[in-house]
Amino acid sequence: MAKVTIDGIETEVPDGTTILNAARQVGGAIVPPAMCYYTSLKESGGNCRVCLVRVAQTSSRDARPLPKLVASCSTPVQDGMVVENITSPAVLEARKGVVEFLLINHPLDCPVCDQAGECDLQDLSYAHGLASTRYEEERRTFEPVDIGDKIKLHMTRCILCYRCTYVADQLTDERRHGVLNRGDRAEIGTYIKNAIDNDFSGNMIDVCPVGALTDRTFRFKSRVWFTQPLDAHRDCDKCCGKVVLWTKGEEVLRVTGRKDKYGEVHEFICNECRFERKSLSDWVVEGPRHINRHSVISQNHYEKINLVALKKEVERQIQFQKGKTNGNNPNALQA
Amino acid sequence: MTRQVLLKDINVPGILSYEVYRRQGGYSAVEKALREMTPEQVTEEVKLSGLRGRGGAGFPSGLKWTFINRNAGKPVYLVCNADESEPGTFKDRYLLEHIPHLLIEGMILSSFAIGANTAYIYMRGEFRWIFPILERAIAEARAAGFLGDNILGSGFSLEIYVHPGGGAYICGEETALLESLEGKRGNPRLKPPYFPAVMGLYHCPTLVNNVETLATVPAIVNMGGAEYARIGVGKSTGTKLISASGHINKPGVYEIELGLPVEEFIYSDEYCGGIWKGRKLKAVVAGGSSVPILPADLILKTAKGEPRLMTYESLAEGGFESGTMLGSGGFIVMDETTCIVRNLWNFTRFYHHESCGQCSPCREGTGWMEKVLHRIEHGEGRPHDIDLLDDVAKKIEGKTICPLGDAAAWPVSSAIRHFRDDFEYHIKYPEKVKNPKHFELEPLVSRSHLATA
Repeated sequence: MAKVTIDGIETEVPDGTTILNAARQVGGAIVPPAMCYYTSLKESGGNCRVCLVRVAQTSSRDARPLPKLVASCSTPVQDGMVVENITSPAVLEARKGVVEFLLINHPLDCPVCDQAGECDLQDLSYAHGLASTRYEEERRTFEPVDIGDKIKLHMTRCILCYRCTYVADQLTDERRHGVLNRGDRAEIGTYIKNAIDNDFSGNMIDVCPVGALTDRTFRFKSRVWFTQPLDAHRDCDKCCGKVVLWTKGEEVLRVTGRKDKYGEVHEFICNECRFERKSLSDWVVEGPRHINRHSVISQNHYEKINLVALKKEVERQIQFQKGKTNGNNPNALQA
Repeated sequence: MTRQVLLKDINVPGILSYEVYRRQGGYSAVEKALREMTPEQVTEEVKLSGLRGRGGAGFPSGLKWTFINRNAGKPVYLVCNADESEPGTFKDRYLLEHIPHLLIEGMILSSFAIGANTAYIYMRGEFRWIFPILERAIAEARAAGFLGDNILGSGFSLEIYVHPGGGAYICGEETALLESLEGKRGNPRLKPPYFPAVMGLYHCPTLVNNVETLATVPAIVNMGGAEYARIGVGKSTGTKLISASGHINKPGVYEIELGLPVEEFIYSDEYCGGIWKGRKLKAVVAGGSSVPILPADLILKTAKGEPRLMTYESLAEGGFESGTMLGSGGFIVMDETTCIVRNLWNFTRFYHHESCGQCSPCREGTGWMEKVLHRIEHGEGRPHDIDLLDDVAKKIEGKTICPLGDAAAWPVSSAIRHFRDDFEYHIKYPEKVKNPKHFELEPLVSRSHLATA
């Protein structure tokens, strides 16, 4: 075990834990943001640099500070390490800089972007960004492309976190997309226009921290804050079957994996659950999903909905479906 | 005449071939080491020599060798970094092209010392024509029994492979080089955990050294580490190849004894031969494009007024406020007609083009700096652009995965620090700077920056 102090709060974590995960165990405002690190994707992290922190003391044996800010997502703690996140002006200044860098080529098209309301970059720009831009030059743009019939790629919005490539490497049989070109001309692409088509490709949408990869079956259907997220599950022979249904009335607009409060999915779901099961009757609804990270969604007060009434409604829906397939008059049920 | 270690036989006709190299005493260090020395003794000699990495960072080589864990139960690899692509640096190419056996001999000795049985030369993609030169030299060494199984009956075996890269500057960064060597996209790895000495090529302990560093090893083994350490000054021991370019009378690759005064190097007929066309010196980039630029007064004398020497310590004297770095030895000299803004724009354009795009500050920042510099140089700059540029550079420096971010930021910060007048001139006279030869027509004399012989 290693004792580590983060912003003055002492905590003890197993050896080899990263600074970011140590901070997450403490929780609250001292947790550095993360745009590219993703717990369930190996090798991820280190790219976006928003999680930079200052190590004021390397360990109990070495009282020197580290010369540079370090990426908290990839730097393991050492016993006696003292870390400064929000208490270090240098860290806040650097983070502001990184957010500014991420935004210079990112279109501020949140009003027409499906990710708005649950976008990590949107949250970050509110927290650290400037109200105006110092960037006067032309921005990098790409035409949106369809990678398969279910996923839309808006490369213009991409921040090159590499998460979607790790999904393809680690969840699917074969990666068919990757990062092409170099520097600020780098793009996620399939090289020769290729559809990405396999059972788990939809998870690329969930891991994308911005609106670069969006669900074509949900595009422009609703703002997320007008939907009601429900925890639900079904028996699925390909995946865990545990999902969040994003509903509006009785309509299931979108199905996603269950994201924790840091926006990370730990149990990935298959494309059948995500794209093909868009009816409440396909699912066993467990209850409302509590989402506290994205305040804009939580402001909808959906958690006050009446669970009993909802279950009844679901039951009615199921009976209605059965009735339809049996050729009976569904209205008879209500009698 | 300077003592020559690397280039002493460079003018011997036919030194490219094994026979001539051997006749000049080549491979005697391998014979000495494999017959009379243990690997530890070779490492000890290199430590004694005080040799420091010649690729730019100047890390003590012998110490680096001892980081290699030989008992990890995994193969150990030696990788020669021949991806020389820093603007202004062309010393490794000179060695590879003219005396390849020196590198091969050095690689045999280094592999023996760290216990590597496989070694790679990762060669810059643009060095296409050097590829057959190296392949031929390796075949000759092999035929002579210096490569392959059981070399000189010592039980030590080694194979060397040449791997041409695709021509990316980033692949000169050691971890990006290893990624590329493994056949992947050349993105630098995160340190921690991927320190090459522990988790290098194929996750095995790997030593990555520069061409010049490895080529120095035979001389160290031959003369002994202590003897080698007598060349040079203080902690800057030995000789160093300097690629001199720019506005000088005699550009080229020079082997100097570390400790040579900068003034002598620029003005002596033995080396650069002074500034061309009888002009005055304006600025020098002393160690390849990524080190801070210094104005004439500060490159010839330190801020304390002492003569500046060609050593790691003396060039760094004064920190980045008034000093620079020896770096890789790419010595770029600029005369009074040089536009620092134009030169900087050119450097920054290079870093923008070569950024791998993996981490945000470098990916977005290098492009931003290039665009602002382009604006200033073409007479479209605004007064706040200078501070903006400085601030962007500060936000890249030290925030990136690999040193490319620093390499892109340092020239910008230092140019603004020392040549603010050049930038302000561009903002003030937008019509004049629209002619690319603006300072050739009308040199900008600013403060005490110009120096004459």
